[in-house]
Amino acid sequence: MSELLEGSAAEIARDVNARRLSASDVTEATLAHVRANDAEVGAYLLVLDDLARETARRVDQRIARGERLPLAGVPLAVKDNMCLAGARTTCASRILEGWTAPYTATAVARMLEAGCVPIGKTNLDEFAMGSSCENSALGVTRNPYDLERVPGGSSGGSAAAVAAREAAIGMGSDTGGSIREPGAFCNLIGFKPTYGRVSRYGLIAFASSLDQIGPLTRTVEDAALAYDAMAGHDPMDATSLAREVEPAATALREDLRGLRIGIVREFKLEPLGAAMKAVYEQAYRELEALGATLVDVSLPTADYGLATYYLIAPAECSSNLARFDGVRYGLQVDAGDVATMNSQTRAAGFGPEVKRRVLIGTYALSSGYYDAYYVRAQKARTLVARDFAQAFGACDLIACPATSCPPFTLGAKSDPYSMYLMDYYTIPMSLAGIPALSVPCGWVDEGVPLPIGLQLTAPHFAEPLLLGAAHAYERATQHARKHVPRTSAHA
Amino acid sequence: MPDIDIRYVAKLARIELTDEEVDRFGAQLSALLEHVNALGELDVAPVAATAQVVESRNVMREDELRPCLDREVVLGEAPRRQGAFIRVPRILTE
Repeated sequence: MSELLEGSAAEIARDVNARRLSASDVTEATLAHVRANDAEVGAYLLVLDDLARETARRVDQRIARGERLPLAGVPLAVKDNMCLAGARTTCASRILEGWTAPYTATAVARMLEAGCVPIGKTNLDEFAMGSSCENSALGVTRNPYDLERVPGGSSGGSAAAVAAREAAIGMGSDTGGSIREPGAFCNLIGFKPTYGRVSRYGLIAFASSLDQIGPLTRTVEDAALAYDAMAGHDPMDATSLAREVEPAATALREDLRGLRIGIVREFKLEPLGAAMKAVYEQAYRELEALGATLVDVSLPTADYGLATYYLIAPAECSSNLARFDGVRYGLQVDAGDVATMNSQTRAAGFGPEVKRRVLIGTYALSSGYYDAYYVRAQKARTLVARDFAQAFGACDLIACPATSCPPFTLGAKSDPYSMYLMDYYTIPMSLAGIPALSVPCGWVDEGVPLPIGLQLTAPHFAEPLLLGAAHAYERATQHARKHVPRTSAHA
Repeated sequence: MPDIDIRYVAKLARIELTDEEVDRFGAQLSALLEHVNALGELDVAPVAATAQVVESRNVMREDELRPCLDREVVLGEAPRRQGAFIRVPRILTE
């Protein structure tokens, strides 16, 4: 593997802007590494050789004309639930296999405008429903730190690509933890901004009141650069926020002096094992050593987050996925009448997890159950958000686990509910719409060293503070640098 | 265990299920409902349901013509078409 692929996005962009390196050279090195490495990892569903080369040439021309681009020549992995004009977009589902996007998602377009080069479209749990990438109908993705284990999900392909140096920035989407959990599992920063901060136009919808696009990167600085590039109002998404974006890349800090960090003492439902608990206790001490004041905070309804989420998200998914009916795009199964065609197309096109969620959502919204399930969940959601608002009265940030366990082996979780529990620590922030990230905070040994992520969360719009604090923690601890991926190209 | 009429729900959702799926999904969804029934412990009576989590308001725009996707490109993605139309199986029977 070429040494230049070890560079962060910030380093690559700096060198391309200074013309010490061309975007075309970075792109060729990346494509060669993907060819050599991705058969083992399985991060990409589609590699866009031609588009990548053409985009790199255009970036080099812009640099030659004297432009400076914040992400010049940075290799980008795009989760395959985001549209990129002219590229196949599948959501890792049979129902969309072969569909070519006729337009580009706003967040992707902004990354390209900032100088990124799209290397390919990455694997995910079908329609972003899952926590391991194993619900993909189109391929297996493996964790670069142990190929027998999952990369996390649903943005597992983008996470694995960045961890394996097959891209410097991965674009993910997070509905209940789908950026933060794979970030933690793959030794990366996984960052979900405030709901509405990044346009969802061109992101194929799963649960519209929760879905948010964000980056997966190897450094906090890269996450900040990616956020600054992709965030902002978009008239094409009515839920994107008009409020001006405060840049994060200029707010990176070197210490945590003066910050109060809340520690949640009452997550009860999903207890941590002893090894995980020790890593997190150590992480809290590291925050304190950097100058933060730790305060105990209370989130009394956090334990109800999971139940709340597994009503709201399936309810929204059942109506969003109604559009996949075999009429306008994707798969169509031949049948004599339209209702049978719809039902057989959806039977053949959706995998088991998508069917389960559409069914539970349909049930929760159906006549006679709507108030008992859906409305009650929306009220519980209000309580979860209120808990956070109250907690942030006493602290600036909250620190807690990103996951309850390290990356698990492929096939280890066959019962759907045990997989749902993987989102236990990340769901409450999604329900409240607040920004949150995971940052590497240590390793546990299960025969091989496995990465663990610390979750930090902040009030709405406090992205600069959140990323700034994560940067101080990353710089001081350097946990991510303690081990390298274990694929043949890295050996 | 909560009893779901899974065949009825599948009909509403327009997903044809095999007998094996009816049994498997029925059991899995009943188990999930057991877990979500924990929400019954919360006192939500004095609380308003969440409508949105940040500060969005209704967004309006002028009703005016704007450029849109190319018709041929979009129709080209339909499984079956006839001229400028998307073709579907018969809806009405005689």
